[in-house]
Amino acid sequence: MAVRAEEIRVTGARPGLVARVRALLDREEILGPVFVTPALLLLLLLVAYPFVVALYFSMSNAFIGRPSEFIGLRNFVKLWESDAFRQTFQNAFVFTGIAVVFKVVMGIILALLLNEQLWFKRMIRGVVLLPWVIPTALSTLGWWWMFNSLYSVVNWTGIATGLMDPPGPNWLGQRYYAMAAVITVNIWRGLPFFAITILAGLVAIPKELYEAAEADGAGANARFWHITLPLLKPVLAVVVLFSTIFTFSDFNIVYVLTHGGPINSTHLFATLSRMIGIDTGRIGEGAAISLYLFPLLAFVVWAQLRFVRKQTF
Amino acid sequence: MTVARRPFLGKLGKHLLLLPFLVFALFPFYHMTLTSLKQDRELYDRFAVPLIITQGPTLEHYTKLLWDTDFLIWTKNSLLVTGLSTVVSVVIGTIAAYALARLKFAGVAAFGTGIFVTYLVPTSLLFLPLAQIINWIGMGDSKWALVLTYPTFLVPFCTWLLIGYFRTVPKEIEECAMVDGATRIQALWRIVLPIAVPGLVCAALFAFTLSWNEFIYALTFTSSSEQITASVGVTTELIRGDIYFWGSLMAGAVLGSVPIVILYVFFLDYYVSGLTAGAIK
Repeated sequence: MAVRAEEIRVTGARPGLVARVRALLDREEILGPVFVTPALLLLLLLVAYPFVVALYFSMSNAFIGRPSEFIGLRNFVKLWESDAFRQTFQNAFVFTGIAVVFKVVMGIILALLLNEQLWFKRMIRGVVLLPWVIPTALSTLGWWWMFNSLYSVVNWTGIATGLMDPPGPNWLGQRYYAMAAVITVNIWRGLPFFAITILAGLVAIPKELYEAAEADGAGANARFWHITLPLLKPVLAVVVLFSTIFTFSDFNIVYVLTHGGPINSTHLFATLSRMIGIDTGRIGEGAAISLYLFPLLAFVVWAQLRFVRKQTF
Repeated sequence: MTVARRPFLGKLGKHLLLLPFLVFALFPFYHMTLTSLKQDRELYDRFAVPLIITQGPTLEHYTKLLWDTDFLIWTKNSLLVTGLSTVVSVVIGTIAAYALARLKFAGVAAFGTGIFVTYLVPTSLLFLPLAQIINWIGMGDSKWALVLTYPTFLVPFCTWLLIGYFRTVPKEIEECAMVDGATRIQALWRIVLPIAVPGLVCAALFAFTLSWNEFIYALTFTSSSEQITASVGVTTELIRGDIYFWGSLMAGAVLGSVPIVILYVFFLDYYVSGLTAGAIK
């Protein structure tokens, strides 16, 4: 190839189109933009543009199959007057708060255990990670069956071990139990991500620190609080920020397990937005609901860019 | 101290502590599979022990699922949508990641931030406007709408993951090739990509998994039985009215997970490394 390019230059002939394109593509300031164009187009047309459309919808009375009019912030005001929305707003924080706390604590414990010398290490990791790779909608169907009002295996086990009085709670039919159920499934599905990522953080902590601390007489507890936890902070920050946004915007689990019921007590922004926007056709209101995810998303992005990633391109 | 003196017991203790976590992780799958293999009369016997099969297993729920429902069509749709969107996303993500990791050009920093920001955008934020856009361009109720939209979350993921891998390839190898007369694209194709194969495999695996598992777009953009994916088919078409066919439902949930489980068994280590790379790098 190089020989051919040189020949062209030596003979001074006008280079052909192919050769000219090839020479252009060899320049970073040309090849770079060419390489990012497909991704850029995708992001502009199918992420940025829909976002603008969502902003417009949220300020319109858009309804399926009908021209829409601009109505300003009326959707947002109307939402605050609706019980369903206020309930959803509260649910989103309860759901996210409890689930993330459990995932952090259980994730640290599980990661510490996985970091020990174990038999069947690879197999155990495989089992731990499994809930995270299986389609959530399908595995949640399994939980739906486990929480069934008549045949719940959870209740059967509870009654058999004497932990519950028969017939046991109607998990998906009572509000607090339903919330506990969706939170449980979210923890089940999200725990692998926490455990495996925190484990990677643990492995990266230099062994010498522990040896030095042990030589100074620090017990296991002191080593955890003064070495492990402080050094895990950056990893924990990333995982928590990451998980917060994806827990807050969860859809699959609630949709399959409770459909937001009973009486809106487990609705999250995404499920309520779908119910209003698709099932009842009030697209404007639905878009306004899902935009409530945006402030948290903006905060997480800001925090990640500001504190966690100091990467430069 | 006992722990230090008796390493075997200490080790056993750690496994015992792990046991609740393992049971928690596995039990739903065990119970799903068990339910799908039970005969109806045992399944709906409220006095039977639900943890085991006592009256003999049966495959009737599976045969019913395969022959009496459109499950095979949904699976075919899932494979098509997942396969195509994975290939498209890995290609677009690879070249974008290479540009971000290696090339200097105007706007590179802004684009990198843009990719990272969209990586964090949850699908539930934009499904409503996207559904309208899909109707406007005449792709309503079509699996092709999924092929079009899945790259919106796959490309940022693949790009982000691959930037990390490309940075681990020493620049010098590439520069050597270019000094020897290779163009940049040849150097990428013949030198960098072969070294980055583990990264490409990882990106493809995650793209495949993420799009196979995608639910809200598939549920919103498609609805007829000829167009929907396996997850949507099992969760919507098998649940009609108040009578649930739990056996077939669980069979659908099990079979719908099979492609991912197969990949998972073969590529476990890639999943572990990709998961941590995505969050930490």
